[in-house]
Amino acid sequence: MLMTVNQATATSVNQNAVVEARKLGLTFQTNDGPVRALSDVNLTINKGEFVSFIGPSGCGKTTFLRVIADLEQPTEGKISINGMTPEQARQARAYGYVFQAAALFPWRTIESNVGLPLEIIGLPKAEQQERIKRTMDLVNLTGFEKKYPWQLSGGMQQRASIARALAFDADLLLMDEPFGALDEIVRDHLNEQLLRLWRQTNKTICFVTHSIPEAVYLSTRIVVMSPRPGRVTDVIESTLPAERPLDIRESPEFLAIAARVRDGLRAGHSYED
Amino acid sequence: MSFSRLSWQVALALVLCAVAMTTMPMLAAEAAAPMSNGTSTLVIGLVALSAVASFAMFSGAASAAVLFIGAHGAAWLLIAGISGNEGMARMPYFLLLAAAWLLAWRCVAILSALKPQSPQAKTFLRLLIPAIFGAWILILWEAVTRGAGVPFILLPPPSAIAARIGNSLPILAADVRQTIFKAVLFGYIVGCASGFVVAILADRVPFLRRGLLPIGNMVSALPIIGVAPIMVIWFGFEWQSKAAVVIIMTFFPMLVNTVAGLAASGHMERDLMRTYASSYWQTLFKLRLPAAAPFIFNALKINSTLALIGAIVAEFFGTPIVGMGFRISTEIGRMNVDMVWAEIAVAALAGSVFYGVVAFIERATTFWHPSVRGGRA
Ligand SMILES: Nc1ncnc2c1ncn2[C@@H]1O[C@H](COP(=O)(O)OP(=O)(O)OP(=O)(O)O)[C@@H](O)[C@H]1O
Ligand SMILES: [Mg+2]
Repeated sequence: MLMTVNQATATSVNQNAVVEARKLGLTFQTNDGPVRALSDVNLTINKGEFVSFIGPSGCGKTTFLRVIADLEQPTEGKISINGMTPEQARQARAYGYVFQAAALFPWRTIESNVGLPLEIIGLPKAEQQERIKRTMDLVNLTGFEKKYPWQLSGGMQQRASIARALAFDADLLLMDEPFGALDEIVRDHLNEQLLRLWRQTNKTICFVTHSIPEAVYLSTRIVVMSPRPGRVTDVIESTLPAERPLDIRESPEFLAIAARVRDGLRAGHSYED
Repeated sequence: MSFSRLSWQVALALVLCAVAMTTMPMLAAEAAAPMSNGTSTLVIGLVALSAVASFAMFSGAASAAVLFIGAHGAAWLLIAGISGNEGMARMPYFLLLAAAWLLAWRCVAILSALKPQSPQAKTFLRLLIPAIFGAWILILWEAVTRGAGVPFILLPPPSAIAARIGNSLPILAADVRQTIFKAVLFGYIVGCASGFVVAILADRVPFLRRGLLPIGNMVSALPIIGVAPIMVIWFGFEWQSKAAVVIIMTFFPMLVNTVAGLAASGHMERDLMRTYASSYWQTLFKLRLPAAAPFIFNALKINSTLALIGAIVAEFFGTPIVGMGFRISTEIGRMNVDMVWAEIAVAALAGSVFYGVVAFIERATTFWHPSVRGGRA
């Protein structure tokens, strides 16, 4: 363990790097033989970036996020988070994670679900209350504090789980298709909110999505992945300005980037046929 | 459901009435206090009239009320008429009893189909339906044992058991104190608590889990009551040896259920706690124990029954001269079956109260579980 720490620190040349993956690979040993979920992933994510991961189902997006979060151990290559191993970063509470499903605890009210990480890190009660109120406001759940998760719709539950990650307030935010279950209008609203939050707080965000417009609208960089084995096929820098009103999505610049992402996805798919 | 339709229960009750009329009289000729013709006619009239009236009624509640009065009035007259004539009942007596029972059945069927609006009415119905059910078990038991003259030693009528309970309250109270308030409660609390604590230890220490759980599963399949004589040798005749049996009987169900419950929380929830760098104990108290609560309550409910059985049966193997098991084993030897039945009734009541209290606490604490709130997962 100590050795990998030293190696990770030694190889981390870039002081600004939050996530640094070198020749990263992960093979799951399953009953039907090995599954290569990730292979030869080289990626550096710098502080303050908003990086989207897009790619067909099963290409390893979730797996990559889970490796960053120390929920899966890579079998090849190296990864460092803020110059630390994923395990150290997790212990230092360096990131917040929004899962593909809401994962709320049914025996807790919405507000005490949002406050769960705050209880665990042992914040004073008053600050817990303040953060719960602020983040529930942000995802438009004010008025549902005392409800239980099973009394809310799926989309509201997902928003509560986003509020929970935001209340945790780590500098790195890992989001696995957080808006997949939401309707278009709420999704637009939350996209705007997330973008504003990101600009104001200078967080680093890794965001998995299946939607090309969402990826282009939100990101400073878009990572296109393809399956079997899961790998990065293209990394597209966004040329859009930091200030992005919703109607930027009709601009020619936006459409050009979207077209590039689409081409990247197509190229990935054609390997299969 | 249409209340004015002729149901098969009511139709059959009318047929039984007609057959009863042709096979009169109700009691054998030698009966000491023969039933008057008026009583017989009244019984037949009650059954037939309420049967006919029930489907001429405008509302479900009204026909249920008519059936209720008819069925219970007839049953009461029949039981009153048999007193002094035990064992003298003839066919019409049983036919009319069956007819009254069919009316009561129909009455319960109508009541359970009712959808009242007010919460008070709902609660009332929820209590009334099982009450009618229970009452009819007693009515049939009373009417059949006395009508057919079932020997007292085989099955005493409930009225005799009730009288025995009324006459022996001090003895019963002493037995309950000895068996339930000492052996059962102490054994239950210690057995459940130690099963729970050992389950958490087994969760913490992997070698305990690998070693203890297979043994736990094996031991919970053994007839543990067999250790009762050994416990008497070890801990003496007093209630402590019975409590020891109860502890052994309740320990393993709690251990096995708690261990299963601790594994019941979802992967994603546990990953979530991991991302917060939550400690073992934080994850245990905030996620795994709440998720295990339905399993733990299951064990508490199973154990409430096991503890009672264990303590009573353990007393068969030697006790001081008090206790429910002691009373049952000595009174059966003296052919005082009504006392045995009285103890059984008290044990059933105590067991139901015990179970009911645990189930009530369960509903209050696991309100969120789909099986309690009756919603989607
Ligand atoms: N625990 C596991 N054991 C075995 N194989 C796994 C495991 N987790 C993921 N995989 C496999 O790894 C591959 C990548 O899975 P991953 O969940 O990362 O895909 P994804 O890109 O997130 O897909 P989606 O868009 O559907 O969420 C898949 O082929 C999957 O079957
Ligand atoms: Mg995924």
